[in-house]
Amino acid sequence: MTTETATRGARHTELDMLEAEAIFIMREVAAEFERPALLFSGGKDSIVLLRIAEKAFWPAKFPFPVMHVDTGHNFPEVIAFRDKRAAELGARLIVGSVQQAIDEGTLTEERGIRASRNRLQTPVLLATIAEHQIDAAMGGARRDEEKARAKERVFSFRDEFGQWDPRNQRPELWSLYNGMHIKGEHMRVFPLSNWTELDIWHYIEREALEVPSIYFTHEREVFERDGMLMSVCPYLPQLPHETTFVAPVRYRTVGDMTCTAAVRSDAADIRAVINEIAVARVTERGASRADDQFSEAAMEDRKREGYF
Amino acid sequence: MDLLRFVTAGSVDDGKSTLIGRLLYDSKQVFEDTLASIQRASEARGLGDMNLALLTDGLRAEREQGITIDVAYRYFATPKRKFIIADSPGHVQYTRNMVTGASTASLALILIDARKGVVSQTRRHSALTSLLGITHLVLCVNKMDLAEWSETRFNEVEADFRAFAGQLGVQEVTVIPMAAVSGENIVDRGEHMPWYTGPTLLEFLETVETPDHVSHGALRFPVQYVLRPHTDEFHDYRGYAGTVASGTVTPGQEILALPLGIRTRVAAVDRFQEQCASATNGDAVSIRLTEEVDVGRGHMLVDPAHAPASATRFSADLCWMSDTLQLRPRQQLWLKHTTRRVRCMVESLDDRLDVETLERSAGPASFGLNDIGRVTLRTMEPIFADPYAVSRDTGSFILIDGSSHQTVAGGMVREVLAQAGAPA
Ligand SMILES: Nc1nc2c(ncn2[C@@H]2O[C@H](COP(=O)(O)OP(=O)(O)OP(=O)(O)O)[C@@H](O)[C@H]2O)c(=O)[nH]1
Ligand SMILES: [Mg+2]
Repeated sequence: MTTETATRGARHTELDMLEAEAIFIMREVAAEFERPALLFSGGKDSIVLLRIAEKAFWPAKFPFPVMHVDTGHNFPEVIAFRDKRAAELGARLIVGSVQQAIDEGTLTEERGIRASRNRLQTPVLLATIAEHQIDAAMGGARRDEEKARAKERVFSFRDEFGQWDPRNQRPELWSLYNGMHIKGEHMRVFPLSNWTELDIWHYIEREALEVPSIYFTHEREVFERDGMLMSVCPYLPQLPHETTFVAPVRYRTVGDMTCTAAVRSDAADIRAVINEIAVARVTERGASRADDQFSEAAMEDRKREGYF
Repeated sequence: MDLLRFVTAGSVDDGKSTLIGRLLYDSKQVFEDTLASIQRASEARGLGDMNLALLTDGLRAEREQGITIDVAYRYFATPKRKFIIADSPGHVQYTRNMVTGASTASLALILIDARKGVVSQTRRHSALTSLLGITHLVLCVNKMDLAEWSETRFNEVEADFRAFAGQLGVQEVTVIPMAAVSGENIVDRGEHMPWYTGPTLLEFLETVETPDHVSHGALRFPVQYVLRPHTDEFHDYRGYAGTVASGTVTPGQEILALPLGIRTRVAAVDRFQEQCASATNGDAVSIRLTEEVDVGRGHMLVDPAHAPASATRFSADLCWMSDTLQLRPRQQLWLKHTTRRVRCMVESLDDRLDVETLERSAGPASFGLNDIGRVTLRTMEPIFADPYAVSRDTGSFILIDGSSHQTVAGGMVREVLAQAGAPA
């Protein structure tokens, strides 16, 4: 009992530090850039990011729009949540649509059994950034997620092609962030760089933040592919041997339905999710992202091209 | 549970990344899928069944070349403490990335290959950590397996390094013999060095006390952003958003607003829907003042009794980090200090530090990549600075090249000087 109180008290101090750091970074962005935007997918990290934005500028509204790249293959629960949250906060929502780009003929859909729109997000993201002349796009990526992200700066410079050059990053000393750039170049900014998955859930619990229902256990029609549980959906063709069954599952990350896998879980609330993650033996991306399994440097390669 | 941020340093191939990999692996902090993927990558590259350096060497180019290029940040916790690790590159070409990692650390692990002993890069990195104000160094005498686990060799390396650290003025040096590949004295003790009775690296990291860097305790509040909601409910609200760099701020307290030079009082300290009784160093808040004054970004609210210098001329130590631009007298650059960005000009290059001998040679003509030295700078508008030794947050700055927008130097204020021509 005593220990529980003690650790929870201590948690708060760490969360306070992480929160203060994220607020500081976000205020730097608002002050140094002309047209920043916050990338909001409806996922847990961007929910935290949005909370940080609310806090950083209170009692004013945060001075930037929220932006999402919709693949057209997202979870309907998440898209509904995204719209509701943006409306509650009175935020301007900019949506870049992969479907629209395909319909207009500027992008070609991938074909085959592993077709995914994940890669198509990058050109749409870059086009949306260009169209709205966004000079700083804040995202919820964390360094503990993936080995290439572990190397990325808080203020991450993108050239006029939107590309990241991991071999030539700007030095980033103390908390003195350098946002200088010329028109056409932009910055990606990651206020949650130093948070872990567990920190995110502790914060969601502490702040009593609402998250989309698919983060908690629910019965879902799934099938197994490459050892992962994929949701049955119209965008994902099944092979003959990939039989459908119903299982109690939840999602550790939310992304495109064609490349985000569910995990077996009966965690019905935030506490249960925290307890589950505290003993997890697999990373969140390993458990749920088919897109990272293609090659050793899949994330780095996508990031170089301008991915989140 | 408190947090320790530390950085690895030392020459290329001395085993920094392997050490961090070993620390994570032996303290059971590596997830199964991560482990499986580094096993696959190790085998594919012919690096044996598992190369633990791949836990942090995550970039394609790093794995191809077998070296670290940029800092990797790793997060881990034991029941005793939470850690943020910055694993730095040892190669001299990437020194600026090491400086990036070290600038936010309060302790450094300096790796040495027991066979090679103290080499030039060991000295350079130790000098940089000391310049950056890191007071605790752990000398990791690594690859003891290749030095026959010899206590004599260990003692030689320790003596060499202590002599150098003494010259640097570093007070706290802990020395541990180890082998990162096999794990001796990292998390587990192992059986090859019974003569060593000190703590393992993890035991040491879990218990070491490092001092807080802010020491003067006087209020420094750099204003980041002005909050003007213009809503019905908060019609006249005007809050100065920022993070307390040092000291404490309380409602009612008298403050001095710089550069205006106006004294006024704090009306309220707000933090998201609440008014706080006080805020202290590290807190991100919004301050309201009792009088309408024209305070904006880049201004600073300070303790009137212990105000920082309004400096337009000062001496500083620089780490020059550009591989394309040379620093020369009269050069103009942008200087970012706290939330303030001003134009600055190099009045003179005063000396250059030789990292081998720690001698400072006077009057260098220019600084190139990785040069460290003292300069005198002049700014167009004042900055509100404390010496770096007194306060990291208000004593540090970066220099930015106005044409490439690259960050070309990290700087530490040493001494505020009188205006040129004015009596000292
Ligand atoms: N025999 C032996 N080899 C080691 C030990 N520690 C590291 N090595 C080897 O030394 C080589 C370099 O190790 P790294 O960990 O990559 O060195 P590093 O200091 O991180 O190098 P940079 O980051 O590029 O500066 C690798 O081949 C390691 O396997 C050790 O204790 N004993
Ligand atoms: Mg390394």
